[in-house]
Amino acid sequence: MTDATAATGLLALHETMAVIRRTEKAAHDLFMSGLVKGTTHLAAGHEAVAVGARAALRDGDYAFATYRGHHHAIAWGATPEECLAELMQRSTGLNKAKGGSMHLTKAGSGMLGSYAIVGAHLPMAVGAAWSARLRGTDQVAVAFFGDGATNIGAFHEALNLAAVWRLPVLFVCENNFYMEYTPIGSVTAAEHPAAGRAPSYGLPAEVVDGNDVVTVRDAVARAAQRARAGDGPTVLEAHTYRHYGHSRTDPAKYRPDGELERWLERDPLTVSAQRLREAGTSDDDIKAAEDRAAGVVDEAVAAARAAPEADLSEAFTDVWADGGAAWRT
Amino acid sequence: MADVTYRDSVAEGIAREMRRDPAVVCLGEDIGAAGGVFKTTVGLFEEFGPERVWDTPISEQAIVGAAMGAAMTGMRPVAEIMFSDFLACCWDYLANEIPKVRYMTGGQVTVPLVVRTANGGGLGFGAQHSQAVENWALTVPGLKIAAPSTPADVVGLMASAVRSDDPVVFFEHKGLLASKGAPAPDDHVVPFGEAAVVREGGDVTLVALASTVPLALTAAERLAADDGVAAEVLDLRTLIPLDVAAVLRSLERTSRLVVVEENPYQGGWGGTVVSVVADEGFELLDAPVRRVAGANVPLPFADALEDQVIPTVDKVVDAVRSLTTY
Repeated sequence: MTDATAATGLLALHETMAVIRRTEKAAHDLFMSGLVKGTTHLAAGHEAVAVGARAALRDGDYAFATYRGHHHAIAWGATPEECLAELMQRSTGLNKAKGGSMHLTKAGSGMLGSYAIVGAHLPMAVGAAWSARLRGTDQVAVAFFGDGATNIGAFHEALNLAAVWRLPVLFVCENNFYMEYTPIGSVTAAEHPAAGRAPSYGLPAEVVDGNDVVTVRDAVARAAQRARAGDGPTVLEAHTYRHYGHSRTDPAKYRPDGELERWLERDPLTVSAQRLREAGTSDDDIKAAEDRAAGVVDEAVAAARAAPEADLSEAFTDVWADGGAAWRT
Repeated sequence: MADVTYRDSVAEGIAREMRRDPAVVCLGEDIGAAGGVFKTTVGLFEEFGPERVWDTPISEQAIVGAAMGAAMTGMRPVAEIMFSDFLACCWDYLANEIPKVRYMTGGQVTVPLVVRTANGGGLGFGAQHSQAVENWALTVPGLKIAAPSTPADVVGLMASAVRSDDPVVFFEHKGLLASKGAPAPDDHVVPFGEAAVVREGGDVTLVALASTVPLALTAAERLAADDGVAAEVLDLRTLIPLDVAAVLRSLERTSRLVVVEENPYQGGWGGTVVSVVADEGFELLDAPVRRVAGANVPLPFADALEDQVIPTVDKVVDAVRSLTTY
């Protein structure tokens, strides 16, 4: 790859990260103005993990995400308009206003859901990888999860089964150092909550800078190559940081003074902008990409606001595969 | 043709579907070369090999979670949870994941899988290996539930379960595994949501499921011989969809209802049946309804103690007599 094409590719990743950042800001602001209900778990700060991973994977690969999953949905092709409309309970929402912030899903492009029971989707990703093997494809499956998920049983059951069946699955931990409100180190008997457990299952693991989209992309590419070659699963632990609290109601006052500011110096968008400049991309081109992202999200907010409310008939659809909800004769 | 066992019919039902559809795969503990601890998967590993019959670790969450992921991506997994009591170990998948994912994604995914499990008491396995828990599944909108009572229905309902694009919990009753009946005809398919009238009668309706079907039939024979009472016995066969229309049709003839269920009285499926009858069939009734159900205690070990707390023929006969003299 030449420097120029590498820079072009990186500029596209930078722009996608900017779209996610703007979408999260919009979700936050719309919540404050009463247009987003329920709760949100914003991923501002985590963008590089989703965008870097998607860049390393192919169409047809599978992704399973968590309740903090807006960035994965967008990285896998969901539009900000679909996502914000879902959060705003509009009929045009990504999940027809039946899922909400915690369950954004773009199944058509392989993003098979955001799950809000911690750790539950790791075995699902193992199953999708098993399915790929059974069907004789070279697809891989990725489970994204937080550091908190590494202390739940499903994490360990999933790693063990994936290891003994040598399945093409990637376990990507977004270690943001807090399980909800509690520092992960204070409740975990391993220094690296995900990577530190991998050796006991005979799995290769890497700890990577989760705020550098290029580092994430390259690590995921290595893991995917290993998986497609039949060499089994990999555990990646990407260090990152959330800019907002755990959820909408959390002002994150438990964080020590200066911690957020230190992480903001390593903001994924700052890191990628620096890499772009080093590769010869002009400040004007970087700004143009960020302006395009802002424009897309501004239009998405307007469209979602103007969209009709949830269609009431949808309350009784989609329970069964026939589209209905009948439970009796 | 010679009668076959309920136990062999489980493997037969799965094998027929595996021959028909290469997307059908099995996973579970000891189901491969060992043939299952209840010998309900005997022959599958030999016929279909290790690429379609997968032994797993003791990891109920991984078993059902992996089945879910595979079902979402083009396979039709048949997962075994050895004892239905162990469903509690993977309950998240049956309560929160599998039944909700289609709905909460606005219909973006389907989950065509079967979770098979050995259910119920009568074998003296004690409190943690004997409970009838079909009512657990009934508390969760989004799961279909089958619980066959005969070898032929095992095969026919298995065909519907595996072919269903919806998730199915398939309860195989431990107390029936050794029972025998007519073999299923070729291509036998029993649709979900169709109760079977397994004995006709005009005096009282006995609604039963799985193990309580033979129990109700025995009680009906005794009532006919001793009391001259003609009991109609309905085998629901599936709890979701629930064939309450068949119950109401029967009550139009009998006007008396006894529900016979092995799961506990508290929260048992009979409560749902009788609530529909009270709502929509009140004027059909000439007597109160009775539920002969498991007692609201854990299952005791000793046979004599277990008889105290699960439905028996005597309890069914007594319940019917209390209505015919009402």
